[in-house]
Parts: sequence; C-alpha cells; structure tokens
Amino acid sequence: MSASESLSRTTANAMQPRGLSSRRNQDRLMKALAYLIASFVALAFVFPLYWMVTTSLKTDVEIFKVPPTLFPLDPQWQNYPASTQYIPFWQYMFNTLVICALTIIGTVISCSLIAYGFARVRWPGRNAVFIVYLSTIMLPAQVTMIPLYIVFRQMGWVGTMWPLVVPAFFGNALYVFLLRQFFMTIPNELTDAARIDGANELGIFWRIMLPLLKPALATVALFTFVATYRDFLGPLIYLTEQNQWTISLGLKMFQNMYGAQWQLMMAAATLTMIPTMILFFLTQRTFIEGIALTGIKG
Amino acid sequence: MAVATKPSSGRWSASKTRSLLTGLAFISPAIIGFIAFAAWPIVQSLYYSFTDYNIFQPPYFIGLENYQDLVNDRVYRIALVNTFYMVFIGLPIHLVFNFFMALLLATQIRGLSIYRTIFYLPSITPVVASTIVWLWLFNGQYGILNEIIGWFGIQPIGWLTDPRFTKPSLIFMGMWFGGNTILIYLAGLRDVPVSLLEAAELDGANALRKTWHVTLPMISPVIFYTLIINVIGYFQYFTEAWVLTATRDGAAGGPLNSMLFYAMYLYQSAFQLFKMGYASAQAWVLFAIVLIATGLLFRFSGWVYYRSEE
Repeated sequence: MSASESLSRTTANAMQPRGLSSRRNQDRLMKALAYLIASFVALAFVFPLYWMVTTSLKTDVEIFKVPPTLFPLDPQWQNYPASTQYIPFWQYMFNTLVICALTIIGTVISCSLIAYGFARVRWPGRNAVFIVYLSTIMLPAQVTMIPLYIVFRQMGWVGTMWPLVVPAFFGNALYVFLLRQFFMTIPNELTDAARIDGANELGIFWRIMLPLLKPALATVALFTFVATYRDFLGPLIYLTEQNQWTISLGLKMFQNMYGAQWQLMMAAATLTMIPTMILFFLTQRTFIEGIALTGIKG
Repeated sequence: MAVATKPSSGRWSASKTRSLLTGLAFISPAIIGFIAFAAWPIVQSLYYSFTDYNIFQPPYFIGLENYQDLVNDRVYRIALVNTFYMVFIGLPIHLVFNFFMALLLATQIRGLSIYRTIFYLPSITPVVASTIVWLWLFNGQYGILNEIIGWFGIQPIGWLTDPRFTKPSLIFMGMWFGGNTILIYLAGLRDVPVSLLEAAELDGANALRKTWHVTLPMISPVIFYTLIINVIGYFQYFTEAWVLTATRDGAAGGPLNSMLFYAMYLYQSAFQLFKMGYASAQAWVLFAIVLIATGLLFRFSGWVYYRSEE
C-alpha cells in the first residue's frame, strides 16, 4: 500500500502543473453545475409552499382560473380568519398543543432517566438489555396497535388523549439512544467526585447530569414536538370525539367536507405549518445537530 | 459487548447487587414500557390472529383461518403489491435522490444553511397539511402541475385519477418529504476525512472515482442505517396515501385501489370493520416480512465499511 502510494504520489507530483490546472477548471465546472442543480431543486422544493400561500389569498373564483394566476390579483386576507371558522381551528390547535406538551414532558423525564441507567450506572447485563431495548425501534406500530387499542378500550380511554400521551412516560428507544450518546461523553471524574462526597445516584443524576444534558434534552423535546404535531394515525384511531381532534384530523375533515374551497384549505394548511416553521427557525442548530447524531451514530 | 459483566473477582458482591438494583430502578420506565407496549402486545396480537374477534364478543379460536383468508383476499394482495412497489421502487429512487442532493450540498456550496432549510422544511411541516397542498397541485383540472407540463406541450396527466400514474405520483411527491435523509447524508459526508479525499486526488482519481471509492465506503454505515429505518418505514406507508384518497365515508385507496397500502387495509380491517383477528393476522404477516427484510439487509451488509476505532 505505502510503496505504491508513494510511487503514484511521485508520478502525480511530476505531472502537477498541467494536471492541476485542468483539474481546477474541472472543479469550477463541477461547482457551477452543483449550484445550478441545487438551486433548481431548491426552487422546486419551495414551490408547493409558495403555491399554498398564493392560493390561500385568492378568491373562490380566481383559484379556478385557467391558466392560473401566479400572484393573487387582490389578496384576500380575510380567507385566514374565515378558514378558522369552517372548522373549530383554534380548538383543534389547542388540543394538539396539549397533547404535544404532555408527550414532551413524559418523553423527556422517562428517556433521561432510562438513558442514565444505561450509560452511567454499571450493572451486569446492561449492554445486552440495551440492545434488546433498542431493537424495539424496528417494531412496526401495526403489530402492537390492535392489542393496545383493545386494552385502552377496556380502560375506557378510547375517545380520550391518554392512549397518545401515557406511553410517552415509559420511554422511547430512539431518544434513549440519543441521550445515552450524550451521557457517555460526560467525563467520569465529574460523577466519581460527587460519589466520593457521598451523593447518591439520583442526586448525581439530578444535580450534575441534567444541567449538562440541557442541549440534548432540547433536541429530544423538539423532535418529540414535531413527531407528535405531525402524527395522524394515532389520533385517527383514538380521538373518536370531534371536540378532541387534533389539527391534522381537523384538516382532513375540512378537506372531506369543503373539498372545493381550496383557498380556505390552503389558508388553514398555512396556519397549521406556521408553528413548526417558527420553531425551526428559532432552533435550527439544535435540529441540525440532532439529525446528524441520529444518523451517524446509528 | 461484555463490558458490563467484566468479572472483577468472579464473585457476586454486595456492591454489584446494589448497582444492578440502581440500574434497574433507572430503566424501570423502559422495562414497564417494553412489556406493556411491545412484548405483551406482540404476543397478544399473535393470539388474536388465530381468532375471530370483533371486540363486541369475546375472541373465538379459529386456528389458521385468518391466514388462509389472506391468501385468497384479492384486495389484500393489491395492498401488498402496492406496498412492495413503494419499498422496491419508491424507496431506492428516494434514497438515491437524497444522496445525490447531499453530495451537491457537500461541495462547499455557498448559502448552505439556506439550502439546508429549504430541503428540510417539508420534513417538519405536518404531513396532512402538506399532503393537502399536494392534492391541490395534483388536481387534474385546475392543478398547477398539469399547467406546468402543458408549457412543455405535455398532455394533462391524471396524477391521482389514472391508476397508471397514481403510484409514480406518490413517489414524486415523496421526494419532497426526504429532507431529513438529505441532512443525515450531509452530516455523514462531512465526517469523511478530507485527507483521504486529497490522497485519492493526488493519486489521480476524478470526482466520480473519489465518490465511488472513498466517499461511498466511508459513509456506507450511514447509508445502511437510512436503508434499514426507511425499509421499515415504507412498509408502514400510510398517512400520505390516506389523506390523498380517503373519502368522507371512510373508503380509501384511490382508483382501482392503486393507492391502497398495507397499513391502510389493516387499519380498515381493524377500525372500520372491527375484524380484529383478521387485522392481527395481517399485522403478523407484516411483522414477518419486516423481520425477513431487515434480516436480509443485515445478512448482505458486507458492503458496509466500519472504520476501526483509532
């Protein structure tokens, strides 16, 4: 390896002048091409969102114009308040946010405890148990869906948000994995010193680990929010009463009931997207780092 | 793997017992969660799959009848084939596209954070809201997509109404939802040591060869991870197709059931027709398929290159 490497390196050095300049041109061409394609795809990615907002500002006549107008002729801002009248929009938004908040609380508490137990407490069989636990990430929801529904029904929980919220208090293997990675980066000296001073595990967890874990917990909270806010199947199964619906269920009903009122549907869709978008712009770094972590360490 | 059980003296000491109890106490939510929300339901659904059960009357044991019915169920077969279509055609297209986009963004492009944001936004917007937007884009009469292809002289397409086009339409739409994977690949690409790429360049490798011989092996663990996660996810494909096709009375699947997917048929069997036993049999077949698929992926994962820890 090293011999052939040095040999090819010397030949490369010998040919440097001509080889490098043509390579530089080639690089420049590649880069221009990369910009061109990336920009085109980026435009295509923005377009549906642009079209959503444009449509949301048109009249119910203008939306059906052929050929379509690229800008609304006379922006109909009242479509937004109107769209929140067709369905109890704010009620659905409130329900969604309550479910999100409770799910986040449950996930953050349970996952940080579990991750601590897997990362910082040495106990026999720990790694084997962790691998079994981690494998639940791969379990399709359909396999457990029916027995869980039957039990929740017997408990009288169908038609309430509890089947969506309570499981969050019992951990989530993916987030446990993520937090465990963070825990393992914290040097042992920190906790050993506290242990010598007579602190118990719970004290160490609470007073030393949790403050250090804040950025990781923020990542978990964000991901949990987005996943819960986007969830459709869970609410579809369990929220049988209309006044408990989440915004996703409400939007689907909106489409089923007033399918031709595209301008109002697009206004409601825009309103639904705004919270996650604001959140993303405020916390971009946390998001990006979290994604990198789930992907690479997997 | 056996770090935790490193025998210090070979004898079970009191401190070992204490640390075991402490560890178990910390992970107790996971133990309860694992039993209540994974292990027990798996076994229970296997039991239900051998019964006739409509939740109003107690389950009635019928042996393998549900599984025999599945073999003869024409609609079930359509859902199964459609799902395989998404896994074997949609998923590779999406992953290759996502990887290609990540490669572009990794070329030290200026304004990276803007591109990153644009590609990622659809992954965090609520699926129902964005799918309804696509319903409008796909609209046969007034949809902008038909207008745009019209500029190039292409006849209007029945994106969601012509059974030949429905699944390609879903795959097309799915490209828009892949930003999450683009970002995972991008993070992986940034982890590839620059020194390796430079060495390859000095050896006279062009961009294509560098990608093939250096970049790809280096990020193959990331590709493998996204492959596993997405294969499992695509077998459960539900929300997008449901939102696009479900009508007010709960029918779903689109023209000729060309957008009826496994998870949709299972949902209908369980929660619309209350055929819990039949749906459980479907769930177990899905479980078996997913297990076999991931097993095969692991079995043939020789192409995945793990960097040894320095």
